[in-house]
Amino acid sequence: MTAASAKQLSQGMARRLLQLLGVVLGVAVINFFLLRLAPGDAAQVLAGEAGAATPEYMLALRHQFGLDQPLLVQFGKYLLNLAQGNLGFSFRHGMPVAQLIAERLPATLLLMGASIAFAVLLGSALGVLAAYRAGKLADVVISTLALLFFATPLFWIGLMLVVVFSVWLDWLPVGGMFTIEAGYTGWAHCLDVARHLVLPALTLGLFYMAVYTRLVRATMIEVRRQDFVRTAVAKGARPLRVLFAHVLRNALLPLVTMLGVQVSSIIGGAVLVETVFSWPGLGRLAFEALFQRDFNLLLGILLCSSVVVILVNWLVDFVYTRLDPRIRLR
Amino acid sequence: MSELVSVLPASQIAAPQRRRWWHRLLRSPAALVGGTLLLLVLAMALSAPWVFPGDPLDMVTEPFVRPGVDAAHLLGSDMLGRDLLSGIFHGARMSLLIAVVSTLLALVLGMSGGVLAGYYGGRIDALLMRVTEFFQTIPAFLFALAIVAVVQPSLLTIALAIGVTSWPSLARLVRAEVLKLRYSDMVQASAALGASDLRIMLRDILPNTLTPILVSTSLMVATAILTESSLAFLGLGDPNSVSWGNMVGAGREVIRTDWYITTLPGIAIVVTVLALNLLGDGLAAVLDPRDQK
Repeated sequence: MTAASAKQLSQGMARRLLQLLGVVLGVAVINFFLLRLAPGDAAQVLAGEAGAATPEYMLALRHQFGLDQPLLVQFGKYLLNLAQGNLGFSFRHGMPVAQLIAERLPATLLLMGASIAFAVLLGSALGVLAAYRAGKLADVVISTLALLFFATPLFWIGLMLVVVFSVWLDWLPVGGMFTIEAGYTGWAHCLDVARHLVLPALTLGLFYMAVYTRLVRATMIEVRRQDFVRTAVAKGARPLRVLFAHVLRNALLPLVTMLGVQVSSIIGGAVLVETVFSWPGLGRLAFEALFQRDFNLLLGILLCSSVVVILVNWLVDFVYTRLDPRIRLR
Repeated sequence: MSELVSVLPASQIAAPQRRRWWHRLLRSPAALVGGTLLLLVLAMALSAPWVFPGDPLDMVTEPFVRPGVDAAHLLGSDMLGRDLLSGIFHGARMSLLIAVVSTLLALVLGMSGGVLAGYYGGRIDALLMRVTEFFQTIPAFLFALAIVAVVQPSLLTIALAIGVTSWPSLARLVRAEVLKLRYSDMVQASAALGASDLRIMLRDILPNTLTPILVSTSLMVATAILTESSLAFLGLGDPNSVSWGNMVGAGREVIRTDWYITTLPGIAIVVTVLALNLLGDGLAAVLDPRDQK
């Protein structure tokens, strides 16, 4: 690596960190003022339904959160806490919010990873098939399916999959992440989790699969018309090599871009899917927080999922440079 | 003088083009199917109070009537004896109303933001770009959920939450379109004739950005319906009216035995969203200048 590109890379890192900081600050502002929009003051919101709160306890809470101080001082304290990684305390769970989120995050990442892998692999395969058979029966069937899945709400498709595969066929578990009473360890445990993962990952992935199928089909048809593909065919490259090395590699670029844009929507989808399948991740936690009116936790989840979006986007940028060497990390 | 300049082309060129546009749209199967389905849903929404007078949340028959068994309740009833078909008709009102209000809000915010940023550039543009980037980073659904949860669900707050979280992508689209026109001969001619900034934005630039906006509007309405039903499914619907998402969520508890209670309202959502997507596809194909053969 030359000195110039090293400098460029470190500048890029600084830019990324600045972006991360900006988003965290933005969400913090939103969270802070959203909490004050809730009926009653934050102490009531935070403690109100945590049980019987005595007036003394409320007063102590107000003091602890600095609610008896001017708004700007409150906001400053909130930011100071945030800078120390302190997202507040969930009275419902009797645990710091940050710790709760850290416990649930891996399950969500597993679900998202499996869904994205499924959506990208099957979506590009179906897109390629449809593009090569454009106008024929296979294309019509695939395009219709894609159109249908693109219009189907996640939560409903999840419930329908449960009806078919869990209730009628009894092939897969209805929900949860593992069979608690079985107490599996090692490989048996992994297999158990994988069995529980199939339906949620399918549910979350089908919508994005539909998006990628449509996208890959459209770009494949466009890329195949280009000169470098004709050259590759003319020089006698085998059809499969033309497909993988020339056409698909270029058709995947828009897919990766789209994936980066959609990370935040995938997290939103995970909330719904986790609710349907009782998957013990961030989304399920958000749903519980919603029901228990544990707004501090809910807003902490909003903050952390935004950070996840940024981190995944860094990863996507990196993949992009692997796929297209003309693009450098900036 | 400036009146003459803007009136002449509008009457001579735009009219035949517009007619062609309609003809092409009618020949697009996607737009035709989508438009017909959408009209059907719209008819359901508008006729609901006459076809099914009375509160759809009231118990009208015994619970768990299967679809097709009782002629008075074609699609059967749910676990509380509420007529499912009535719920679907009235739910169409709610879904479409929230979707339209939130999309209108997003249109106003997105168009004004995009036009201002594209036209003036500089700091306003930089600010808008930062704001839209921010909105595209935070999970929109979670954000909408947090807003509705904190300020309590009602028709207005749900529409507001969806609108506020969905305008940034439109603003970026409009900005890109405005940038294409900002230094065009047409805009410079208007400026030379002494037109004000506001007039140029409203009379020259905005009308020429309408086609891409139209396409993305149909997709925005579709997304708004999906978001609204998702919120309602999680229990964040207006508590005083039926909603498709809420019906799906309620039927969940008896899904093992009476799956139709969950399935039927879901089909209504799929049909409506499909109709809007098809319409959007059709419009995009018809309005795509590369396709003018």
